[in-house]
Amino acid sequence: MKDKKKILAGLVIFFAAITFPFWFNMGKAAPAPELVLTAKAKAAKTCVMPTAFMKAEHMQLLDVWRHNVVRNGERAFVNAEGKLYTMSLSNTCLDCHSNKAEFCDRCHNYASVRPYCWDCHLDNPKGE
Amino acid sequence: MNKNYMVSLIAVIVLFLIAYVGTQQGAGLQLVFGIIVPYLAVSLFVVGFARRVMGWSRSAVPFRITTTCGQQSSMPWIKQAKIDNPSSTLGVIVRMFLEIVCFRSLFRNTRMKLNGGTRLTYQLELFLWIGALAFHYAFFAVVVRHLRFFTEPVPFFVTLTEQVDGFMRMEVLYDAVQAGLPGVYMSGLVLLAAALYLFLRRVFIPQVRTISLAADFFPLFLIMGIALSGIFMRYFAKVDIVAIKALTMGLVTFRPTIPEGVSGLFFAHLFLVSILLAYFPFSKLMHLGGVFLSPTRNMTGNTRQVRHVNPWNYPVKVHTYDEYEDDFREKMIEAGLPVVKMPEEQA
Repeated sequence: MKDKKKILAGLVIFFAAITFPFWFNMGKAAPAPELVLTAKAKAAKTCVMPTAFMKAEHMQLLDVWRHNVVRNGERAFVNAEGKLYTMSLSNTCLDCHSNKAEFCDRCHNYASVRPYCWDCHLDNPKGE
Repeated sequence: MNKNYMVSLIAVIVLFLIAYVGTQQGAGLQLVFGIIVPYLAVSLFVVGFARRVMGWSRSAVPFRITTTCGQQSSMPWIKQAKIDNPSSTLGVIVRMFLEIVCFRSLFRNTRMKLNGGTRLTYQLELFLWIGALAFHYAFFAVVVRHLRFFTEPVPFFVTLTEQVDGFMRMEVLYDAVQAGLPGVYMSGLVLLAAALYLFLRRVFIPQVRTISLAADFFPLFLIMGIALSGIFMRYFAKVDIVAIKALTMGLVTFRPTIPEGVSGLFFAHLFLVSILLAYFPFSKLMHLGGVFLSPTRNMTGNTRQVRHVNPWNYPVKVHTYDEYEDDFREKMIEAGLPVVKMPEEQA
């Protein structure tokens, strides 16, 4: 009927909207970010927990650490291998991973995650 | 127990398992479930959607069949319901906008009830409307949020949606239960709850159960499966999000890759979404496009102002009674039948 043109126009607008990811990224390669380990992190070889665990669960671990330190005043963390660490973002994590921009931010920006760690913590406590 | 929803439930579980098992180590069908099926599903969605809507555009709409939800435009001293019974294009646009954005037709839902056994009453029944609003807006928020996996850099409206969606920080930290990180998004939970409500409504209200078919339950279970697997991946199983984004970005930039470390749960989630997309054009889910073409809503109610003639009426050859009598007058008189016009010589 006489509305065919209007329907076609609506359909074109709809397809333009749903193909947004295709034309938004047109011609751009978006490789997954590569993390940079500092010399100290490389030398340490292992983190407080295995890499696969840290990749997926670090936020949960940090939250538990915060809870233990702030609520229970407890700072000792013993991992599965029996090694002792101090529960501290600034003094333990950032001691090796002192390069927040190349270590934390790359993945967080890529995955559009905004952790609220840095609302309180300094990202470079040693002032290097 | 009802075969309509049992069949749908089993179908969704089987689909989930196919993708989950098929992408485990050893089976090695990552290429199928991570690249081939999603591309096929998206093309099926686009082509099927276009075909369906263009088919509708060819249907005949000869007359105004708008439903009257208020006084039609008539005499100047009778007040017209300008939105509920519009006579201008602007009025129609407002009515369509409110229909699509606020689901006003569902708001009018009433329930018939015998009060005290004898008195029939009609009561406003808003739960379907509330459930539908929650479901659709939560789904929309979920879709917008997922654009973070399909865009690089992530545009502002996606991050804004994430921030608004996650502003309730729900963290549970006990020795036994630790949940709430990464930040809990309300839309996912609302979507699951609303889908569950829409399902239970079909099971427990007898009148609705009677008219519910497998095609009504299947999309609900599919969406529940998608929501559940998504929630489980985000808060409990903790998948490698950077690897997943590498996969999804590969899909939208047409450089498909299967990175290391993508879990079977993600492939199952992606497969259910692909099924939803592929199933969409052939199902009741096409109300996404159909709502814009609702003939009772998208036309002006001006049947008193304008005479609408069926556009394909052709001149019909008629044989009137006068002509019939002219043909058979003598025979009619012989048989003693009354005639309107007597022949002249007998008069």
